Amino acid sequence: MNSPRTIFLLLLALLVLCFGVAAQLLPQFQAARWSRSTGDIFNVVLGDSRRMFAQSFYVKADAYYHSGYYPTMFDNNDAFKTVHVAADTGAVNSHNHGDEEGFLGPKRNWIDAFGRHFFPDRHTHLDEGGPADDLSGSDNVREILPWLKLSATLDPDNPQTYTVTAYWLRERMHKTAEAEAFLRDGLRQNPESYDILFELGRLYNESYHDTERARNVWELAVKKWSKLDLETQKDNRLVMEQIATQLAQLEEKAGNLTRAIDWFRAAQKVSLTPGTLQLRIDELQQKVSASNRVPRGNLH
Amino acid sequence: MKNIFSVAGVVIKELYRRKDFYVLFIITVLICLVMASVNIFNDAKIARYLKEICLLLVWISALVIAITTAARQIPAERENRTLLPLLAKPLSRPQLIFGKFLGCWLACGLTLFCFYLFFGALSAAREHQWLVLDYFQAGLMHWFMLGIVVAMALLGSLVFAAPSSNSTICFIVIGGILFVGRHLDQVAVSMHEPLRTVVNVLYYTVPHLEFYDLRDLVIHNWPLIAWQYILLALLYAAAYILVFLLAACLVFRRKPVN
Repeated sequence: MNSPRTIFLLLLALLVLCFGVAAQLLPQFQAARWSRSTGDIFNVVLGDSRRMFAQSFYVKADAYYHSGYYPTMFDNNDAFKTVHVAADTGAVNSHNHGDEEGFLGPKRNWIDAFGRHFFPDRHTHLDEGGPADDLSGSDNVREILPWLKLSATLDPDNPQTYTVTAYWLRERMHKTAEAEAFLRDGLRQNPESYDILFELGRLYNESYHDTERARNVWELAVKKWSKLDLETQKDNRLVMEQIATQLAQLEEKAGNLTRAIDWFRAAQKVSLTPGTLQLRIDELQQKVSASNRVPRGNLH
Repeated sequence: MKNIFSVAGVVIKELYRRKDFYVLFIITVLICLVMASVNIFNDAKIARYLKEICLLLVWISALVIAITTAARQIPAERENRTLLPLLAKPLSRPQLIFGKFLGCWLACGLTLFCFYLFFGALSAAREHQWLVLDYFQAGLMHWFMLGIVVAMALLGSLVFAAPSSNSTICFIVIGGILFVGRHLDQVAVSMHEPLRTVVNVLYYTVPHLEFYDLRDLVIHNWPLIAWQYILLALLYAAAYILVFLLAACLVFRRKPVN
């Protein structure tokens, strides 16, 4: 009974049993919603509170954009309601008002006055040279990227983090491939996001000059936006206006003036400044009627 | 002075015999190296997040070393029954306090030198520049801030019963000052009397340790601070160090040594 052969066979049997049980349990375990193996480390450790951390890292990126000159919870932050890294992309509604230069207000006492020598006390943007006012160092805006990436990792359901990161990667860092990969990653996480599709269209149009793909992506973005309920549409009019305007410009360049007018009209419906768009529509309509007035004989 | 330096020498020797500094330094180096290995959009020039993490770890480590070293000095002497023989020698109680303070403060200076050397090397590796004066200003201010902390912890070690309670209270007070010290007057505005006056008095009496936190300036490569402001801040720190040490001498004068 105690021969080495028996022990070896017993061990072998146990090994086969372990392997069988593992092979049976592993797929079930991985498929389970609560499984740690499916989620990332942040999801396991932080749970839903990771969104809160994601927001604070998103704000941290904005603080880096200002080289540390940023209001605390005790300061007047009316001028920082919408983070400037997002507002400066032009794709986000800005709710900022007030004095962004002097949120510290007048010096309150000698301690406050003296203390202001020991922390950043001037409003600057990294892409405009930062504290050194050196425009050649505008690519220092790269310093915001780690916090944006961390924010996206913690809260992958926030499309704005992807669009803002991709904008800075593409516009200032000239890292188009990385921007596209990041947007695609965002699109996998948020397949219904028209914001990400809009930014992806901009990338195809402005960086790759691939108008066909840009058109397809923007048209898909319009479809996604149209599926929203009226209340949500009302809150997200800016992005729709931008998508429609971009599509109109694309069609105008391609010579499809009637399509361009249609897109400008679509933009006009959601725009806060419809008058400006009306001027563009009138201009295009004149071009259309002028081309229609060309005598038949001249065509031959 | 000779007695003070002798006591200080013993404290410094104690620091490099203990493992606190080595452990904290190795942890800081390891965390920074792991963070530096993270690939962020294939850009190897991104440095500021790394500087921030490194400086945060340096600040935490330095505070831990300063508070724990200072808080255990006199209780340990009492516990080992070496306080009485020490004072039996031609060494007065104020000399012992000042010697202990000097030893702890110099020990903090040595650890800060190592930490800032590593920080400088880490920054230079990424930014390809060596901002010696900036790091010197930051290190000097940090060191004087630790001087206040050490003096405070020494006073606490004579007031509170155990080093652990003293350390905990010191960490809470110093953390509180660093986080909200600058805004106490704004907090007071929204309060009713008599709390408003209490908070206002606190604002004007607590040492404003946040003056010495130049991390944001160093991380974001802001220009140097004018030296006259640095000098004023150092004088401000020296005044508080002296206040805490004199208070410690007064308390110690009436304390039984065994």
